[in-house]
Amino acid sequence: MPEPTQAERPQSDRPQTDRAMIEIRSVTRSYGAFKALDDATLTIREGEFFSLLGPSGCGKTTLLRMIAGFDNPTSGSISVGGQSMEGIPANRRPTNMVFQSYAIFPHLNVEQNVAYGLKRLKLGVTEEKRRVEEALAQVSLTGLGKRLATELSGGQRQRVALARALVMRPKVLLLDEPLSALDKKLREQMQVELRRLQQAVGITFVLVTHDQYEALAMSDRIAVMFGGKIAQVASPKEIYQRPVNRQVADFLGGMNFVKAEIVEENAASLVVDTLGFGRVRTDKPKAFVRNGGGATLGIRPERLRVLWDNATAKFEVAGKVVERHYFGEITHLIVEIPGLEKPLSVTETNDFGADDIPVGTPIRLAYDPEALVAMAD
Amino acid sequence: MTAMRRLFAGGWLTAYAFLYIVFLYLPVIFLPIFSINTAPTPKFPLTGYTLKWYEDLPKTPALLDAAWNSLIVGVSASVLATLLGILAARSITRYRYPGRRTINGLIMAPLVLPEIILAISMLLVMLQLGLSLSLFTVVLGHVLICIPYSMTVLTAGFEGFDRSLEEASADLGESAFGTFRRVTLPMVAPAIISSLLVCFTISLDEFVIAFFLTGTETTLPIYIWGQLRFAAKLPGVLALGTLLLVASFVLMTVAEVLRRRAARRTQNEGGLYA
Repeated sequence: MPEPTQAERPQSDRPQTDRAMIEIRSVTRSYGAFKALDDATLTIREGEFFSLLGPSGCGKTTLLRMIAGFDNPTSGSISVGGQSMEGIPANRRPTNMVFQSYAIFPHLNVEQNVAYGLKRLKLGVTEEKRRVEEALAQVSLTGLGKRLATELSGGQRQRVALARALVMRPKVLLLDEPLSALDKKLREQMQVELRRLQQAVGITFVLVTHDQYEALAMSDRIAVMFGGKIAQVASPKEIYQRPVNRQVADFLGGMNFVKAEIVEENAASLVVDTLGFGRVRTDKPKAFVRNGGGATLGIRPERLRVLWDNATAKFEVAGKVVERHYFGEITHLIVEIPGLEKPLSVTETNDFGADDIPVGTPIRLAYDPEALVAMAD
Repeated sequence: MTAMRRLFAGGWLTAYAFLYIVFLYLPVIFLPIFSINTAPTPKFPLTGYTLKWYEDLPKTPALLDAAWNSLIVGVSASVLATLLGILAARSITRYRYPGRRTINGLIMAPLVLPEIILAISMLLVMLQLGLSLSLFTVVLGHVLICIPYSMTVLTAGFEGFDRSLEEASADLGESAFGTFRRVTLPMVAPAIISSLLVCFTISLDEFVIAFFLTGTETTLPIYIWGQLRFAAKLPGVLALGTLLLVASFVLMTVAEVLRRRAARRTQNEGGLYA
């Protein structure tokens, strides 16, 4: 069984400090009776790549805009770098933002856009030029300084927005869905680049996104939000493997849910009875709150393996293939298990011929009990 | 058959369009034609070609005074109307509040009110306020009729202005005033210049309100009206009219080009270039 502490270890190769960079304490933002953000408490550490992940309307953008100073909490407090942000307007905060629309000044060229914030610092011509060049190099836009904003592609505009914010050397860089306007291929390329850039400059990045893969691929830690509330804060691995409830599990990709009865509960583990998987002992999730005698047992589709021919495994379930969906490198099998109210979904790579299993074939699936996760209902 | 019919219909449409243009511009064409005719009476056939009516214009002190007055009124009215227009257009495009549409409607109303009624009402108000009639009262009247035009041009320029541009400026450390100076103003400058030109052109040609609200000083249209009583002065009026026509045409064209540029500039934003 993986130690929870192992899953919590940051993916980062840079040594991180445990010092808090942003502290959000009981922040609520209401519009009349509607609470866009409801009593959110969160600490973002210095130098980490942190993501606010959730569906639209979950309050992630509201929170980001309050950190930037474009909106103010109805109650609660926000501090950045140990300094309270109360009453401090956006233009005097140690944060800079990359906007969803990029907000490139269309009447200025690339260089002037990047130098926009530096003008007020009165650095002198040579120093200003040096910093602009440096920022453009960081985002691989060297040589495009004289281009007009209107002459740039979407990806290039995104880089200009990034350079314009980074050149200010903020304590925190805020990114509001920065990749959502890009096509899939460019988006994946920019994910890698953004992560690399963050590692290189060592600035705290706070990313708002509704794309779970983006959050998983880039972040040191993720806060998953629903309906104005923070549901779970953890490393990508823990969020994916140990979701705190069904909603989080569902938002982060496919998950098979199996009804379970709690038979034993202690500080570290849970023992549950299920149909199909029998009696299972699992790690207890950190934020597990028992809700009656029931719970849900989850297993990701890729953690179920097809057992070929006479192969056996210590833990297996038997059933029948009822549907098959081909996706190129993988195949999704829908397998009916006697006793389970819903069939299991199984993701299998195609190197052993999963794409050729006829519908109706009896099949056995192997699983590792460590892949089973108990969740509150 | 269909090709025939299309040609037939096309022919009629072309003829209609041609007549339409003639109806609109024939009177305007007469002005420059008779202004270079040697005979003082505007009659065909033309008797000869001369520029002497134009040469006489700068030699008429009353005309120069009127031109100077028109310039003062035009510049003052266009600057005032544009300033007020900027405030109103920004409020209407930027904020959402109850009564926004009503206010917009009320500001645009002078566009459709009969000018003579407006002029008489304004005259009554000015006299009630104890203002003596002068170029200043004419400026006030012209501001009133210019604002709807200035609003139209400026609203088009301000609409679609991405608010995140101003947020980005604040985010990069710029103050509210600095943001207005470095982002908002340059973005809407073409619309502002366009508004100034449109208002100036309207003020320059305006007769009814100027006629009612002016004291002893005359503007160009009033000067022209006065000259029409003397048959011998007609060619000079035609020459002056031609010049005003050309000036108006040039100003309006520049204004329209700038307005379109402003609209393009503000609507470019939004990351559609992926």
